[in-house]
Amino acid sequence: MNPVATPFFFYLLSTLAILGGVMVIVRRNAVHSAIALIVTLLSVAGLYLMLYAPFVAGVQIIVYAGGIMVLFLFVIMLVNIDRSMKERAFNKQWWIAIAAAVALGALFVSVFVKSKGLFPERGLPLAEESNTQQIGLYLYGNYMFAFEIASLLLLVAIIGAVVMAKKRI
Amino acid sequence: MLSIQTFLIVAVIKTLIALVVLLTAVAYTVWLERKVVGHMQNRWGPTRVGPFGLLQPLADGLKFILKEDLTPPHVNKPLYIAAPIIAMVFAITSIAVIPFGNPITVFGKQIPLQIADVNIGLLIILGITSMGVYGVALAGWSSNNKYSLLGGLRASAQMVSYEISLGLSLIGVLILAGSFSLKDIVDAQSGVFWGFIPKWNIFQGQIIAFFIYLCSAYAETNRIPFDLPEAETELVAGYHTEYSSMKFAMFFISEYANMMTVACLATILFLGGWHGPMFGPALLQAVLPLVWFGLKVFCFLFLYIWVRGTLPRFRYDQLMAFGWKFLLPLAIANLVITALVVAWTA
Amino acid sequence: MVPLSYYLMLSGILFACGILGFLLKRNIITIFMSIELMLNGVNLSFVAFAAHWHALSGQVFVFFVMVVAAAEAAVGLAIIIAVYRTRETLNVDQVNLLKL
Repeated sequence: MNPVATPFFFYLLSTLAILGGVMVIVRRNAVHSAIALIVTLLSVAGLYLMLYAPFVAGVQIIVYAGGIMVLFLFVIMLVNIDRSMKERAFNKQWWIAIAAAVALGALFVSVFVKSKGLFPERGLPLAEESNTQQIGLYLYGNYMFAFEIASLLLLVAIIGAVVMAKKRI
Repeated sequence: MLSIQTFLIVAVIKTLIALVVLLTAVAYTVWLERKVVGHMQNRWGPTRVGPFGLLQPLADGLKFILKEDLTPPHVNKPLYIAAPIIAMVFAITSIAVIPFGNPITVFGKQIPLQIADVNIGLLIILGITSMGVYGVALAGWSSNNKYSLLGGLRASAQMVSYEISLGLSLIGVLILAGSFSLKDIVDAQSGVFWGFIPKWNIFQGQIIAFFIYLCSAYAETNRIPFDLPEAETELVAGYHTEYSSMKFAMFFISEYANMMTVACLATILFLGGWHGPMFGPALLQAVLPLVWFGLKVFCFLFLYIWVRGTLPRFRYDQLMAFGWKFLLPLAIANLVITALVVAWTA
Repeated sequence: MVPLSYYLMLSGILFACGILGFLLKRNIITIFMSIELMLNGVNLSFVAFAAHWHALSGQVFVFFVMVVAAAEAAVGLAIIIAVYRTRETLNVDQVNLLKL
């Protein structure tokens, strides 16, 4: 079926994503921040679906929203956040933050102004049915070496995490 | 191809039917469980309300609605209210991509017996079930009670751990079917070997994967023998200690709806979906796939209840060791062997 | 069709949220979440470019970013637990043993 009402879904999902992103920063309670981040992750997964990347969207939900964020929540529940909620939540690095925000804003404006010339409209969508298969071929073909390195990285991360978090080894 | 209006109308009708069937099935699974476990323990189970206690679910529902909805003063209120909603929403959503039978033809239009045929259906189900853990974890945290917190911690650790073996056990099936779409996976299991053995995945060398799936599914749905998040002898009632009336009922419904999803998934992935012997007139042949599907789901649910009446609860360290040191290596070995066999015979 | 530049703007805004959180927050867990937010902004632009240029490499890169994010979260959260065990705080300003 052809895409229906794409602008509506784009605005809905992007509003949710940005709201979640802002809430991550402004909420004092770390659990609320985590939930806001989950909302952002889910809406970004929805945007992936709109961008003809169903497999990436599925993996985003399973790995990011269902794996990594559970880990975050687990750690938040382990530590006592009552004390940090009473403390000052923000740093005094306002000037760096404002500089970064201004620089990024300038970047956005320039991208938005120049985008018509830089990125001409290309109507053709990506093939969605064979998406998973194509990604598999890429992963085990072109990017074989990177894939192996990534698995090694994960192994190192597992060992490192166990070594650091365990009291007695 | 349907037009967008018909598509929407058909989708709404299908969603309503699926929801009603799911919730009724949930209610009667509870009745079945009480009855079967009762008989296993030399009791009668519910007998008073209606014949064989068949109206017991209605009475239970009425009781849940009429009880006082208590909110303890020390809880984190927004999350305390949100947690059961999250649990129930994700538990019920996963029914959306499950196919129940072959497409039927109504008024000359082909209508699949599935709310949405998605080409990454299996991934969506895995994603939705993995989101379900938030309901439990947040309920445990927001109740602000040490038993609830322990229950929530246990639930999140347990579900994340067993999700890995669950996912790995499904990959063998995916290799055999070559698709993420649940409908294609079922279609790949039609036919028979040597005239009488059905070509279900469980008979195609995936019996070990089925065992891994079974164990992980019990852990994912927090059922005995892995019901540590709500172990009543240690944690009062775990994550839902502080919940009462309808909020508790939402956790209850989500637990049984999750069981239903797991049973449907097992039927689709390992037990051949709606395939079974076909006979009789055309009308019977149209209904038979649904009957086979329901029968297989029922058998799986009965197994659930049987196990509940038979096995004792694991200790927490045993649970973790079982998941990480036994199921995970077994799942990887099964995956490697399946891949080798498929590559050899291809 | 939504033009590519809209997706890029959105990814930029998410990235900016991440940067602001990273620079301004003092709770170490929220700082980690800000990093995840930045990585997501980058991932979104990868997928948007993949859809625009019809190059699946963009989608493949997202997986590598996710691997890095997962590894970072596992190790980082282990560090948080270790720090919390010795210092009993989540405030990055108070984890300053090396500072005189």
